[in-house]
Amino acid sequence: MPELAKAAKQTRAWACYDCGKCTATCPIARAGGAYSPRRHVLATNLGQPSVIGDNGTLFNCLTCSLCDRRCPAQVNYTELVRKLRELSYREGVEPECPHGGALQSVMRMMATGGTEQRRMDWLGADLKTEPKKGEVFYWTGCTMYYDAFFPDLKVTTLEGTRAAVRLMNTAGVTPVVSAEERCCGHDLLWNGDRKNFELLAKHNVKLVADSGAKMLVTSCAECLRTWKIDYEPFFEGTPPQIIHITEFLAQQWTEFSFKTTNSRRRVTFQDPCRLGRHLGIYDSPRQVLAALPGVEHVEMRRSGPAAMCCAGGTWSNCDRFAKQIQVERLREARATGAEVLVTACPKCQIHFRCAMKDPKLGGEIEIEMRDVAELVAGALK
Amino acid sequence: MTSKNLSPKRQRGVTSPPSWEPSIVVFACNWCSYAGADTAGVSRIQHQPHFRMIRVMCSGRIQPGFVLRAFEKGADGVLVSGCHFGDCHYIFGNERAVEQFEKTKNVVKLLGLEEGRLRLEWISAAEGARFAEVINEFTDQVRKLGPSKLSARKLSAISYQLSAISQRVRRS
Ligand code: FES
Repeated sequence: MPELAKAAKQTRAWACYDCGKCTATCPIARAGGAYSPRRHVLATNLGQPSVIGDNGTLFNCLTCSLCDRRCPAQVNYTELVRKLRELSYREGVEPECPHGGALQSVMRMMATGGTEQRRMDWLGADLKTEPKKGEVFYWTGCTMYYDAFFPDLKVTTLEGTRAAVRLMNTAGVTPVVSAEERCCGHDLLWNGDRKNFELLAKHNVKLVADSGAKMLVTSCAECLRTWKIDYEPFFEGTPPQIIHITEFLAQQWTEFSFKTTNSRRRVTFQDPCRLGRHLGIYDSPRQVLAALPGVEHVEMRRSGPAAMCCAGGTWSNCDRFAKQIQVERLREARATGAEVLVTACPKCQIHFRCAMKDPKLGGEIEIEMRDVAELVAGALK
Repeated sequence: MTSKNLSPKRQRGVTSPPSWEPSIVVFACNWCSYAGADTAGVSRIQHQPHFRMIRVMCSGRIQPGFVLRAFEKGADGVLVSGCHFGDCHYIFGNERAVEQFEKTKNVVKLLGLEEGRLRLEWISAAEGARFAEVINEFTDQVRKLGPSKLSARKLSAISYQLSAISQRVRRS
């Protein structure tokens, strides 16, 4: 298949020398799943179309990018798997979403558009925002949908969103928060649905361009990756500066004054794959946690570039192996003696909270979870 | 059945242009509401025909993904139905259904779809007349709301708007 040859070229799959490091590193394979990145690379190089069907195993990949980091030949497997998923999707192979495809449907409906979303109810009167035009755009992501969809997990991803706006206000910024924002399309893109992703990308890029914003801040690691990398071809003129909320906080740190406190809470940080390995942002969340009074940050055994994924990428896979990865990771977090597991991506929170619901292990792996912004906003004077 | 086999009598009460009729998806549990529809049929109770029925074993099976997929594919309304409380063949399946339905409703609201496009009803196997009544009422309600704006069947929505405009032109 010519598409496979092209994919091999674009992702350096051709450079693979069969060392098998990717499969050895793969969290799914390590947890015992019959998943082998190496097999997909090999099949791509050999031009075997079977790799595209492959019983849907392509969708088991967490796209955590751990194998990319370990590959001695710099094969970009994560990119390859995305390309293969696109081909797969074209053939009608769809991931078996653990949520019955509900979230994919929501994203596609947003791509179709036509309605006025009622996504702004979370915005309290104490938060100052602009509806249309302004210097800084705050990209909320789909946190309101997540809180509505996962009431049984007691996720509070909107708290992170509120905290981010509060912090921006404290720093003297009144961000644009638009009711016309739509899903960034991250998950559709990684599910192989490029058509709907492009619809979303075009809408969102135009929305932000029309706002006149010079800077876009977001709390979601996935939105950040999508804006920074995947929206690239859709920008006209100079794109806004796109930064994560932790980068914003680190930049504006002197604007904040904190309550004085003698107590110290031990916290640990979960590096989201998109923020860390995909974008190389490791320092800013750590700077923020180090400077925050009343907080002592300890690292987990595997952190930074080696951090373990929350095992729930792109709503396309959730099985016993994913659960095992989550439980292992939560054990690691508990082993640090931390009281709070801090994240910088709403998805990490959702997936870990789900794992904590394990009726047998609950007590052993339970840990409070907070968004970085929530922690910082909570310490404000 | 299509709108063509509608008797002229029933069409007269229709407020929207007759060129558009709603597409409704009805989820029904095997033991009660599906049998209720059957009862309506064998009792020859007349009701509006603009729905397609999807049978599931229990209303507890109807997760948000089902309903949202229906809307994504262009349904103008979705009716979820099951046994009355205490009657579920699997004891508490319909209690699960309520939880799932609440979630679905919240998401549908966020998306900006009208709440009237989604309904939950309990219909027993004996309630053929009630089935027909619910269907008629819900169909009228959805018809009043017009085509779903999220409808992937944009064409039908456009033809609806066109006929609405031409009607207004004719009237003025
Ligand atoms: S069997 Fe009818 S609702 Fe459970």
